[in-house]
Amino acid sequence: MIRVRSVRAVSIWLGVALAVTVPIAVAAASPLLQWRDPIYIAACFAGIIALALVFAQPLLAGGYLPEVSIRKGRRVHSFVGVLLVTAVLVHLVGLWITSPPDVVDALLFRSPTPFSVWGVLAMWAVFAAAILAALRLRLRLSPRIWRLGHTGLAVVTVIGSVVHALLIEGTMGTGSKVLLCALALAATLKVVLDLRSWTLLTRARR
Amino acid sequence: MTLYPITRRTLVLAGAAAGAMAMPGLPGLTVPARAQGLAPTQTMRGGANNYLPGAPIVERIGGGGFWMTGTVRRAGDGAPLEGIRIQIWAHTTEGRENDPHSHGATLTAADGTFRLEMPQIVPVFGQPHGHLAYDDEAFETVFLRPVMASASDTSLSADFVLQPA
Repeated sequence: MIRVRSVRAVSIWLGVALAVTVPIAVAAASPLLQWRDPIYIAACFAGIIALALVFAQPLLAGGYLPEVSIRKGRRVHSFVGVLLVTAVLVHLVGLWITSPPDVVDALLFRSPTPFSVWGVLAMWAVFAAAILAALRLRLRLSPRIWRLGHTGLAVVTVIGSVVHALLIEGTMGTGSKVLLCALALAATLKVVLDLRSWTLLTRARR
Repeated sequence: MTLYPITRRTLVLAGAAAGAMAMPGLPGLTVPARAQGLAPTQTMRGGANNYLPGAPIVERIGGGGFWMTGTVRRAGDGAPLEGIRIQIWAHTTEGRENDPHSHGATLTAADGTFRLEMPQIVPVFGQPHGHLAYDDEAFETVFLRPVMASASDTSLSADFVLQPA
């Protein structure tokens, strides 16, 4: 029994590790990197790492990673949340240094590229989700309202990040990118279903 | 040969037809007809990003290998425009969009076409794209930002229809 569980645990961890490392490795081998300067490359990888963290967050929140209980997972989830916000800021600042007008257009929602709208949407959603988490105790919201808000913002973050990533023609490989995005969506859907975040909505209707 | 008597109806119809035929020859009076002429090209969003005014006219930008082509015509009658300076820049294998050496300009030929050789454009900010500008006195300024169908394309084209300033 213990053996079976550990085999399952090892395969889950291995799968998650591969889903996160393969896209980064594929991007690191991209020929586009030779025509980009270090700051732009750092910005690109901050974006890819942020996407990987977007996949990790629902796994931690739902306690789906073997040997990481839901209680421990929540603590790691907060820490990863800080990393995620940091990665998004590095992504933004790096792109800003590389081409200020393109980033200004994106932030003002007047960019010619649709993916930047999704990226900026995901950015504001993740910032709001993080601020809501940081002020959880101070705001004295009921747990249900808090969870509905945090989950709602997280869902916007995941969808925005996935669409943003899929529409971009950049350093990421198509196969590993699509797989990571599909896993992030699946993990988010599962945690939202499992934690029944919408209870507040269904109750209010009665 | 049958003679048709000139009735009031035929006179009105003939007059209307003659008036309609005469209209295109009177530019000041042809507000609806102008809409049927060639409309000026609108500046594309993001077209002016990383523009450095006054790019020099060059034989080619850098080592070449990629062709930027297009046409320049006058709004309304669509007449090809000769000697129009088109400025071109992009993120290429040899430099970033905001590097001065990524910028160059060329003049249109008598048939309104232009072509400038430049280094291979590579995807940047999520799309393989180029930038073109018309920014001189005679016509209204236009900035274009065409996107390549595939990053492996070795040419890109953009057409300008300019509105006299």
